[in-house]
Amino acid sequence: MDLSYSEDHTLLSESIARFIQNDYDFETRSRIAGSDLGFDPAVWQQFADLGWLAIPFSEDEGGLGADPVSVMILMEQFGRGLVLEPYVPSILLGGRLIAATGGAEQRSRYLGDLISGKIQLAFGHGEPGGRYALAHVATRAEGGAGGFTLSGQKAVVHNAEAADFIIVSARSSGEVRAQDGISLFVVSRETPGLTVRPYRTVDGLRAAELVLEGVQVGEDALLGEEGGAYPAIEAVTDRAVAAVCSEAVGAMDLLRETTLEYLKTRQQFGRTLGAFQVLQHRAVDMLIACEEARSLALMATLSLDRTAPERRRAVSAAKAHVGNAGRKVGQEAVQLHGGMGVTDELKVGHYFKRLTMIDTFFGDAAHHLDRFAGNA
Amino acid sequence: MTASGRGAATLLVRPDCIYISGAVRPDSGTACEGRVAMNIELTSADQAFRDEVRTFLATSLPPDIKRRVENGLELGREDYASWHRILHEKGWVAPGWPVDHGGTGWTHMQRYLYDEETAAASAPRIMPFGVNMVGPVIFTFGNRAQKARYLPRILSGEDWWCQGYSEPGAGSDLANLRTRAVRDGDVYVVNGQKTWTTSAHWADHIFCLVRTDPEAAKPQQGISFLLIDMRSPGIEVKPIITIDGGHEVNDVFFEDVRVPVENLVGEENHGWTYAKFLLSFERAGIADVGRSKKQLAGLKRIAAAELSNGRPLSEDDRFREKIASLEIDLLALEYTELRALSRQTSGEEPGTEANILKIRGTEIQQRITELALEAVGTYANPYVPEALKDGWNEEPIGPEYAAGVAPRYFNWRKASIYGGSNEIQKGIVAKLVLEL
Repeated sequence: MDLSYSEDHTLLSESIARFIQNDYDFETRSRIAGSDLGFDPAVWQQFADLGWLAIPFSEDEGGLGADPVSVMILMEQFGRGLVLEPYVPSILLGGRLIAATGGAEQRSRYLGDLISGKIQLAFGHGEPGGRYALAHVATRAEGGAGGFTLSGQKAVVHNAEAADFIIVSARSSGEVRAQDGISLFVVSRETPGLTVRPYRTVDGLRAAELVLEGVQVGEDALLGEEGGAYPAIEAVTDRAVAAVCSEAVGAMDLLRETTLEYLKTRQQFGRTLGAFQVLQHRAVDMLIACEEARSLALMATLSLDRTAPERRRAVSAAKAHVGNAGRKVGQEAVQLHGGMGVTDELKVGHYFKRLTMIDTFFGDAAHHLDRFAGNA
Repeated sequence: MTASGRGAATLLVRPDCIYISGAVRPDSGTACEGRVAMNIELTSADQAFRDEVRTFLATSLPPDIKRRVENGLELGREDYASWHRILHEKGWVAPGWPVDHGGTGWTHMQRYLYDEETAAASAPRIMPFGVNMVGPVIFTFGNRAQKARYLPRILSGEDWWCQGYSEPGAGSDLANLRTRAVRDGDVYVVNGQKTWTTSAHWADHIFCLVRTDPEAAKPQQGISFLLIDMRSPGIEVKPIITIDGGHEVNDVFFEDVRVPVENLVGEENHGWTYAKFLLSFERAGIADVGRSKKQLAGLKRIAAAELSNGRPLSEDDRFREKIASLEIDLLALEYTELRALSRQTSGEEPGTEANILKIRGTEIQQRITELALEAVGTYANPYVPEALKDGWNEEPIGPEYAAGVAPRYFNWRKASIYGGSNEIQKGIVAKLVLEL
């Protein structure tokens, strides 16, 4: 057992931290958030050029064959910088789903362009009324001559408008919540019958509601075996959830540091806020929440290549804990900043909002507590 | 060390953003020879060590002691003493000591595994006052005669120690202690009172913080560290009965107790330094993850045996979630400790993570006792102290596991108070880590 970074890990972490510091300060981030697209294509291309888009892919897939810890490190720094670029929907969901389920031809058709920054992906999976049940897929896939017809709705699909292709889950057999019978299809955003209704999210990202009405796709759109996609969906989303836990760790740390700085400078009653014991103890509670979240995000990351039950248990433990810790740290950061904490001007509120939305990413704290208990 | 040339994507490297792959490359190894960075697997050497500990525990832990620990029954002095002697014979009684004083020379990981295995096997704790507290003070600050006289008897278990720190007016504010030691020729004459003294009624010696210079500028100055024979005339031990009905702690009164000056450790009026050293020495295992895992397993057995609406309590959604939430917090504690362990292994000085581990470790211990109390329901009520003593042969009242649950819950409230209350711990973290 060894839980310390290798030299490579440290260098990766430092290089991403330098990028955030030099090229992605809060002002830049705010400007990008206000743009039409919601992220900066030039920044995305920079990620591609630096190899960051290749990190989660094996060498066979055209990637770098890096370990899950490298993704963890990248996402933690993205969390600190509150990075808007769609790494999670495009790379960790869309890209990993194609890598995990696609045939050689499909992988070579999409992954090269994805890793070089030419195309964007999204994953249309959750549905209205499905809440966090991962197998809840009511969208239908009817097989016909030469392909499939897809019909249904998808809810809160991140990066859908910018995506060139959306990976859509649809059911060709079974009940709405059955694990068997779910398939994945690569659907071009321009396909007739696909309506994308885009919007901003409260944390500054972009998402959309999808309606699929008789969307026709060819046989080559099917990823993997028809009806057999669930295990891959679960494995890929578990990896993405572990990564987002690390994003939350970075965001929480930044919030905690910012709050601590404020406690040391803000004066009331003739002394700094940090001189008040009641606030000192709350600052310590924030530190403990951050440290424990970091411990569990690491545990989850290191469990990703173990057996499925071990992976589920570790990822859900981390996500449940991070959901609660993120809420606590976010709320405390706002509270300890006083009135300033509720202004749009300060970064505090923006981190708080991101942490709050992270809790809804593929299952909130209550959902993952239940999943953990079921895998005890 | 870039990824180029391995069939990977071509990288354009910007000078201020040099990208390194971060991959674990089995072909070339990683930065350190033979080391696979970031993994949670035990090395084969650590596995072999763990197996050795398991085998030893399976063959050497006396079954009657194991049974008493497992069933939450009271342990007597002789239970602790005989286990201490067995460990001493094996050479494992003081893993934290330097090898030339009788330590084991284990790595941090080996010590962690040892603690985990002994907890899992239901071995009793080693009483900390000799091995983990006064022993390190003596081998660090004591003179040659003190080392020769005391250390072998601590290791062998011949001498039992207790700790004379707290006083009625000096709890969290320890430096406010008033027990006086006045030099009179070759002796110090000690007058005063110590309190919360665990196992003073079993101890042969007490190590005491005493005030030798009441005129010192600061309360922390003017304190000395004295070793006192509990058989000295003028010492009186009075039991303090705690809310669980048990007798662990005592008041210790000193009236004109004459202590030879050779029992002073280090220099007169420098005792506070040694006291702080002692508090910082025993960091390993402070979270007590192994014992909490064992207790959690016990709680799950109770929840599986108890019925709620005709079904096992363990299947009740609300109770199941409470246990799950506790278990996740315990995992967080475990990995926080393992991270600290990795930092120590790579040569970093231990920081103040011990304070955080103490806070969270004790909170979790208390929550386990609280959920066990909830689980046994009305059978928390019967108070039959004899049922917790070995050799009680009557029919149990209610389920057998219920007898110790309420006493344990009440007894364990001590955990967030002793060793520096959790509020004091937070104060230390605020000051030393957060610099508030």
